[in-house]
Amino acid sequence: MKPALRNPKVLAGSAIALLVVLAALFGDWFSVHALGQDPHTLDYLVINQPPSGHHLLGTTGSGEDVLAQTIAGARGSLVVGLVSALISTALGILFGVCAGFFGGVADTVLNFITNLFIVMPVFALTLIVAGYLNNTGTMTIALIIGVFGWAGGARSLRAQTMSLRGRDHVQAMRMLGESRTRLVFSEVLPRLYPLISAMFLHAVIGGVLAEAGLAFLGVSSPNTISWGTMIQNAQNQNAIINGLWWWFLPPGFCIAALGTATGLINFGIDEIANPRLGAARRAAQQAVKAA
Amino acid sequence: MSVLLEAQGLCVDYLGGERSVRACAEVDLTLRRGEILGIAGESGSGKSTLITALTQLQRPPAAITAGRILLHRDDADGGGTVDLTAADEKRLRALRWREMSIVLQSAMDALNPVMRLSAQFADVLREHRRGITKEAVAARTAELLGMVGIPAERSGAYPHEMSGGMRQRATIALALACDPALVVMDEPTTAVDVVMQRQIMKQILGLRRRLGFAVVFVTHDLSLLLELADRIAIMYAGRIVEIGAARAIHDAPQHPYTRGLRDSFPPLHAPLSVLHGIPGTPPDPADPPPGCAFHPRCDRRLDACDRRLPRLGPVADGRGLAACLLHEHPEEAPVS
Amino acid sequence: MSSGTRRRAIAFARRLRFYVIAAWSAVTLNFLIPRLMPGDPAQAVVQQLEVKNGQNLPPQTVEAIRKLLGGVHENIAVQYWHYLGNLFTGNLGISTGNFPTRVTTLIGTALPWTMLLMGVSTVLAFLIGTGIGALCGWRPGTRTDSVLSPLSTFLAAVPYFWVALFALWLFAFRLGWFPLAGGHDPDADPSSPRYWLSVLHYGLLPALTIVFSSCGGWLLGMRNMTLTTTGEDFVLLARAKGLSNTRVLFRYAARNAMLPQLTGFALALGAIIAGSVLTETVFTYPGVGSLLKQAIDNRDYPLMQGILLFTTLAVLVANFLADSVYVLVDPRTRAQGGDAS
Repeated sequence: MKPALRNPKVLAGSAIALLVVLAALFGDWFSVHALGQDPHTLDYLVINQPPSGHHLLGTTGSGEDVLAQTIAGARGSLVVGLVSALISTALGILFGVCAGFFGGVADTVLNFITNLFIVMPVFALTLIVAGYLNNTGTMTIALIIGVFGWAGGARSLRAQTMSLRGRDHVQAMRMLGESRTRLVFSEVLPRLYPLISAMFLHAVIGGVLAEAGLAFLGVSSPNTISWGTMIQNAQNQNAIINGLWWWFLPPGFCIAALGTATGLINFGIDEIANPRLGAARRAAQQAVKAA
Repeated sequence: MSVLLEAQGLCVDYLGGERSVRACAEVDLTLRRGEILGIAGESGSGKSTLITALTQLQRPPAAITAGRILLHRDDADGGGTVDLTAADEKRLRALRWREMSIVLQSAMDALNPVMRLSAQFADVLREHRRGITKEAVAARTAELLGMVGIPAERSGAYPHEMSGGMRQRATIALALACDPALVVMDEPTTAVDVVMQRQIMKQILGLRRRLGFAVVFVTHDLSLLLELADRIAIMYAGRIVEIGAARAIHDAPQHPYTRGLRDSFPPLHAPLSVLHGIPGTPPDPADPPPGCAFHPRCDRRLDACDRRLPRLGPVADGRGLAACLLHEHPEEAPVS
Repeated sequence: MSSGTRRRAIAFARRLRFYVIAAWSAVTLNFLIPRLMPGDPAQAVVQQLEVKNGQNLPPQTVEAIRKLLGGVHENIAVQYWHYLGNLFTGNLGISTGNFPTRVTTLIGTALPWTMLLMGVSTVLAFLIGTGIGALCGWRPGTRTDSVLSPLSTFLAAVPYFWVALFALWLFAFRLGWFPLAGGHDPDADPSSPRYWLSVLHYGLLPALTIVFSSCGGWLLGMRNMTLTTTGEDFVLLARAKGLSNTRVLFRYAARNAMLPQLTGFALALGAIIAGSVLTETVFTYPGVGSLLKQAIDNRDYPLMQGILLFTTLAVLVANFLADSVYVLVDPRTRAQGGDAS
């Protein structure tokens, strides 16, 4: 764990991610007590106000405080991101590891399904299934995103598992009669953790982006504030052609920041796992400077 | 025979920010025209780094930090001496393949997987013989493949369509495309089976006799060099610890490491005998032991070995050079 | 037949089999989704139309809607049979939101707009991103590389529609360089050059946003692959041969680094129609994406079903073509037959 905390990329990424998690946990309390703004309060006396001392990021078309909404949106977005990532990672492990480890008919069938989901237009499917469901709660949206988004991860897990299965010690343990299920848990999964955790981080930001995209297209839970629903509301009330930039810029920026944070963490972990990457780059920079 | 290539005080470092690793240290080598020089050492001894430096193919983070590499050109090619470490890219490009070519360990990796064999011959022939006709390219390719026993019609194949031995022979034919004065070979027989290994070695010797190029042949397999090379250099921890005629290295190795290396390989033609490995492991190049890098594994070490770095110098009987305190102070050698 | 030709034919047949089964799965999924959904989509459609027309629908129209979306008191196998029959005769039903226009007509009108806008910008983004990525991977650590690569990482995390909204606000609203909505000048005569110039003018900003935000992904992918490839022995050998830098880069390093990019490009081309929803919603562009958004807003189930089917088949065809092209550019896949995807 120690080298991870010394890596500046991991540190910066973790700091941003931590901030988002804190906002998701304590954001409401913070908004009400520290900013004196409730994200749900409509105040028709102050609609479409640009940023000011009282409303630091201005107000929406219904007079809600944009900063309080942005803080509250962290929870809505992060919950969908986490739940959908849990579902898609679990499905990815189920399909990828089983196909890779058991081989044979199981592999043929599971790999076929995986390939099918890879070539299907997942976003359109998600959108249409969500469109058929009249009342879409936060969890339903997370479920749909997760169910349609596991195939890419399953493919890389399958390849990794196949190479692990071929290793001598795993082969030897199989011949010694170790049960295959036990082998998956004791020998295969632990070695896949780095890949799985990178996949999970990737899936979280993928879920946040998908939720935002769906919300922007009108598929969202009506009572939840998320960064996606904020942008949707801004778009619906013509924030663009009225020039209300403070309304739609902050939520999008937050999504980008969270995405960059997960990207930084993944890069940093990569550097720690393959020290040569970083060293090669530094040396290349030195060589370029010298030339 | 005249001198073809000289390395003088060559140092190659892997730059890594605050701490660098020295992979080759103060290497001095002289190669004569038409000579086969073997370089032997365990993996990590710096032998592969040395040949990428000799051919100026090192890539960051590897960099030459000291020394010179002098190439003496034949009068027929315009004569003169070039310091390869100081030559610019344009100058080097003109020398590449015409003066020095290379054969790599794995032909599967060394050939471009998406180009036909003929195209990989054609691009180098066109590069160095401007205005060569299509027919001449095809004829030369067929001639080169013929030298290593590959039928000309196989030139239309992709690398993955050929057998391992055929691929390796094809890369040797490719190396000879522009009649180089020097062919550097990096373990060219490691990836093929023993039968193919013998065949390739025979071809190399035959082609050398016919065409007269010099060879730097790098391998971890000393017994192979004993049959192939005129002279052999032994590398340990980035330094040349002994260099001499192949016969001398075999019959009377002067450095304890050379002796250990010789005794740990079975000779290709000899009755079975007891083999002795060298105890211990090669040093970490990032943190070499002080003094002679071999001293922790040496069975004939002296008190000063962990303090003084031995210089490569003539041994008592004058049959080569070795870097060992035993030869600087032969009187101190313990009686064994 | 030579063994090579035979092997190639077998590989082709195997790929074709995957795509035929995939297409069948898509068609079946399309049949099942409305039937598996809670509630009765068909009844909802009938009610919607009756409210709109102010009168009861003729029984044969109701029957047609039920056949499409389920809820008929027929065996599900019979329903499935009818559904397949309709598909093969090109009958995707009638849009309820645009009653009584046929779904196929609506898609046919919108499709050229989407193909033009999304097709051109996807190809451009791929070419620009891959080109710059190859240069960055060839010379890592240069100024271009150390600026563009982190920037691309950031851009990959920015939601596309947000970039589009920002561009719309800045360039169309604040600066007034581009129109705020639409695909062409509504007053121009479709046969006049003025009309075609306006098509270009209206399409430029949406196209630029797509190129801007998808370029980074191609750049990073190509950069990392080129970086890996330049470490390969065949690139070392190409340099040892004394070939020019551009030749080593293009014929050896980039040529091989390109291969995984091509698979991604196929997926991206296939995803064009699905991806157009966000672009066309932001810019109110008259393509299939806007149509889908409109279908979802109006709960126009026949139109949704039709677009989904169409989109899926487009993806499958694009992937099949790309797979077939891949075999041409990577000789190794010809020998092994290759994976279906």
